[in-house]
Amino acid sequence: MSTPPTQTDIDAEIATAHARAQEGTRPQGRTRAQTPAQSPIRTRVAGPEARHHPPRDFPPYRSSALRFPRQRPVPLSDPEAVELTGPVFGVTDVTALDSDLTRHHQGAPLGERITVSGRVLDRLGRPVRGQLVEVWQANASGRYAHQLDQHPAPLDPNFTGFGRCLTDDEGRYAFTTVKPGAYPWRNHTNAWRPAHIHFSVFGEAFAQRLVTQMYFPGDPLFPYDPILQSVTDQAARDRLVAAWDHTLTVPEWSLGYRWDIVLDGPAATWFEEGRE
Amino acid sequence: MMTELPHARDELPRTRGPQPHTRDALLPPTPSQTVGPFYGYALPFPGGGDLAPAGAPATLTVHGQVYDGAGVPVPDALIEIWQTDPAGSTAGAPGSLRHDPVTGNVVGRDGVRFTGFGRVPTDADGHWTVRTLAPGAPRPGAVPYLSVLVFARGLLHHLHTRIHLPEHAEALAADPVLGALPPERLGTLLATRERERLYRFDIRLQGEKETVFLDFPVG
Repeated sequence: MSTPPTQTDIDAEIATAHARAQEGTRPQGRTRAQTPAQSPIRTRVAGPEARHHPPRDFPPYRSSALRFPRQRPVPLSDPEAVELTGPVFGVTDVTALDSDLTRHHQGAPLGERITVSGRVLDRLGRPVRGQLVEVWQANASGRYAHQLDQHPAPLDPNFTGFGRCLTDDEGRYAFTTVKPGAYPWRNHTNAWRPAHIHFSVFGEAFAQRLVTQMYFPGDPLFPYDPILQSVTDQAARDRLVAAWDHTLTVPEWSLGYRWDIVLDGPAATWFEEGRE
Repeated sequence: MMTELPHARDELPRTRGPQPHTRDALLPPTPSQTVGPFYGYALPFPGGGDLAPAGAPATLTVHGQVYDGAGVPVPDALIEIWQTDPAGSTAGAPGSLRHDPVTGNVVGRDGVRFTGFGRVPTDADGHWTVRTLAPGAPRPGAVPYLSVLVFARGLLHHLHTRIHLPEHAEALAADPVLGALPPERLGTLLATRERERLYRFDIRLQGEKETVFLDFPVG
């Protein structure tokens, strides 16, 4: 077996992958100027859209190597596709306590108590109402309540670390939890994940489904993490980082972070069609 | 004033009128990140694979394995299903995650309503199973299918695919987009019938018999 890569190796791979992504997206204007015959619509689709989400093939994240499809996904624009609708959730699917991760056990968990709140919107800025938001995270020491997490940090008998809620009429969600710890993983030697909370979000359409991770502002681990850095555009990475929000703090109780989520859709191509 | 309102669900793709008209005016979306290896105590729920109401006589079992590019089963994938009901409706119903109000635990569906939504993790052998009702055609003459999402550690962005039952193979081959795929590729979107009401659908993330994955122009 070859020696595991070092952080320096991974840093270099991330830099290469970012440079390649820039190369692929930068020539927006230039491409058009150089090849005036090319459809501007095609340029748009291939260009900035591709930068919002990480590529599925991102070599510095070693687990992606055998799990990314090599064939391009087949685009479907059927207006009747079942994926343009989605599952519904209601009062039976959550309880009030589900959104307070600090109250799932008899005692209070260790750590910095925080409120995380924000709005779920579509790309037109419309609130995504009554939809399910689920979160899971490590405890304050950076350990998941999962048998396969063997990081020698303490488990907390008063913290499991998952919650759910439904968005309200403004698309708002809110969770009370503790700030998760950073933790090591085995992507490369001395790899550390920045503290993060996993989010699973439903839109009105199955095609809007999003699973992602929220990070905390100012974390010094950001540049070293191949998962965050798999998003090759800095502005897009910034959208994964919550903002400190003093108005969300609860006096004598918890610190506050704000994080808004924008789901894909509705399909821009459809109003472009409508416009012509 | 009784203006006829479109069904809320139809609003999404059909919105017209005073909306931003260019991509530049749209809010940029929140990027996807991998589900990671530790979702297991959060996302799966009791009865997640039991879409069919208990005892429904027409229940189908659909199962399969998820494989990586080396042909090794993926033991930490998560499969989600969304589908029409047998009449072809996409209305769905709440109650997939019905809670016991006393303990706060998820206790499973009410055994009556068909929510159309299912979620199952793969087991140590990469295997998953759902019990459901046959999807109805979403519009007259259309091919019915189960919509599938695949999440896994190593997948930075989930994958969409569809399960078609083998009795719809011919209709699928006539689909203007999917029917244009080479037959061996198209075949990855078809379940195989193992016996009465038991179907198999394997998902190959990468490699020679790679499953056809789909993309929707949603933004």
